[in-house]
Amino acid sequence: MSENTDSQGTLWEIFVQKKAGQPFVHCGSLHAFDKEMALQNARDLYTRRGEGTAIWAVPASAIVASSPEDMGPFFDTTNDKVYRHPTFYQIPEGIKYI
Amino acid sequence: MNNQALFNFLLRIGDTNLILAQRLSEWTGHGPFLEEDLALTNIALDLFGTSRSVLEYAAKIEEKGRTEDDLAFLRGEREFVNPLICELPNGDYAFTIARQCIVDAFQLHFYSELVKSKDETIAGISAKAIKETKYHFRHSASWMERFGNGTEESHERLQNALNFIWAYTEDVFATDAGYNELIKTGIVPEMAAIKSAWEKSMNEVLAKSSVSKPENVFMQKGSLKGIHTEQFGYLLTEMQYMQRAFPGAKW
Amino acid sequence: METIDLEQHFDAKLAKNEMIEPKDWMPDNYRKHLIRQISQHAHSEIVGMLPEGNWITRAPSLRAKIVLLAKVQDEGGHGLYLYTAAETLQISREELLDQLHTGKAKYSSIFNYQTLTWADIGAVGWLVDGAAIMNQVMLQRTSYGPYARAMVRICKEESFHQRQGYEIMCHLAFGTPAQKEMAQDAMNRWWYPTLMMFGPKDANSSNSANAIKWKIKRESNDELRQRFVNQTVAQAEYLGIKIPDENLKWNETKKGYDFSDPDWAEFNNIIHGHGPCNKERIGARVKAHENGKWVREAAAAFGKKQNAIDVAA
Repeated sequence: MSENTDSQGTLWEIFVQKKAGQPFVHCGSLHAFDKEMALQNARDLYTRRGEGTAIWAVPASAIVASSPEDMGPFFDTTNDKVYRHPTFYQIPEGIKYI
Repeated sequence: MNNQALFNFLLRIGDTNLILAQRLSEWTGHGPFLEEDLALTNIALDLFGTSRSVLEYAAKIEEKGRTEDDLAFLRGEREFVNPLICELPNGDYAFTIARQCIVDAFQLHFYSELVKSKDETIAGISAKAIKETKYHFRHSASWMERFGNGTEESHERLQNALNFIWAYTEDVFATDAGYNELIKTGIVPEMAAIKSAWEKSMNEVLAKSSVSKPENVFMQKGSLKGIHTEQFGYLLTEMQYMQRAFPGAKW
Repeated sequence: METIDLEQHFDAKLAKNEMIEPKDWMPDNYRKHLIRQISQHAHSEIVGMLPEGNWITRAPSLRAKIVLLAKVQDEGGHGLYLYTAAETLQISREELLDQLHTGKAKYSSIFNYQTLTWADIGAVGWLVDGAAIMNQVMLQRTSYGPYARAMVRICKEESFHQRQGYEIMCHLAFGTPAQKEMAQDAMNRWWYPTLMMFGPKDANSSNSANAIKWKIKRESNDELRQRFVNQTVAQAEYLGIKIPDENLKWNETKKGYDFSDPDWAEFNNIIHGHGPCNKERIGARVKAHENGKWVREAAAAFGKKQNAIDVAA
């Protein structure tokens, strides 16, 4: 209980939504000691110039990231799945709304 | 005559924001950690912004050709009518937060009524200020909670701050004959209702923060008559230095 | 992968002007260089709040006060973006601050000069920020992703800073005789320190070569310094303020101005702690840090209790 470690808080990743309906986009990180503080700090730091209408604050430790080594197995393998794209399919000329 | 009362009232609001912001801005670059330094500065910016709008309007009402800057930088001590609490030196961060929370709660309830003012300019300024003040109060109240429930030291510091500062709370609600006149014309709200709303808000914050409200406090007053604390002269000396040293210069 | 392969892969990425990201392999020296440079940059922003902050309570008009406050706050924000960029290199904010407070880490020497008059606030915005922006614009294309992204944001926000400074200088230069004198005096004191901001001459800059090789820096100290002088001369002329250099003159062959070197001995003195305000600046930072200790402890303790409640719920 007598922990006396001086810290600067934990690292949070901040995502801001510019306008309602748009995706939340990562805009940076900050330090905070609790959830409410993370939100308030994000507001004061990343929306000072009217950059947003909503904020997500996520503890950095909760983020799982792929590694550079994953690049091949994760992403290259999808390049040959051309059938996932609409241009793969032929539609007779003159057919509309499809 | 009515204009004089309105002018005095505007000075009261303008000075409240100006002097508190002047104190808060002393923290800029010296805050307890970086994120909080920026947060407190944001609040100072809001308050300076409001004081500017209000003093600008006061100067217009006065019709003597003075500007917002003349009112801010060329009035003497006795002409300032901010509540004494605004001018109290920052102390430690618990003191700054306690002072802020008391004023935030007051402003929140005050602007919520003032927004109904028959004076359109005042109503407009209040509408903007309500939004800002809601956030200020959320910020200061959450810090009250952190200090009250954080460590033994922070709890003690917060309680000490409250014990000292409580004597200055009554002065925030002071009114005079001019103010009462403005109530009749629907320009300003009754203070009694605001005070009880403030008390309710403060009681909630104090309870959440596990600190007690100082009882049987002898209240300090005088701000409406321009009777200030000793520290106020130093604040003005610093704030007004340039305008006093270079009369008539434009910046 | 073998280290050699990794290094080849890293070099290939740089050659293609691709960004290096935190999880990518990088040579140890690259990481060290970045930590040193980014943290130095971050510390400069934070220490840089002090000389300008010195005038917040005395700003001569409400407008000037608000603008200065917003500007100093921006600098704090920029320090923060940079600290978090440095943290992606496996170093904590605590360690970074500790390096600043113990004098292990450096910051831009310019902030060890005093701001003695209101004109200094103008000169800092116009000249010092002007010089900083040259460097920062270049760093938007730096090879380390988090650093580059922080710089993009910083440059966007900085754009008003230099204008703010120049606006102050305009008021002074076209004001009363006392104001004009104040403006010239500020120029006299800030010109050479500003030139020093770009760092030693290329021939004497030990870190420059690596920084260019790794595409952390994209232009040399001398190139940036020359560009700064070229663009500042006309701005000073408009103000009717004299740049304190008898050797300043247009050189048609190099399409740029010739100018005198700053006093590099003074530069070295300041780097070694003997500037007018070295002790005050670090002293102020250490004091704020120590006064804030109980605040952070309280916040940490409260945060822990909140987490426990969340877990239980």
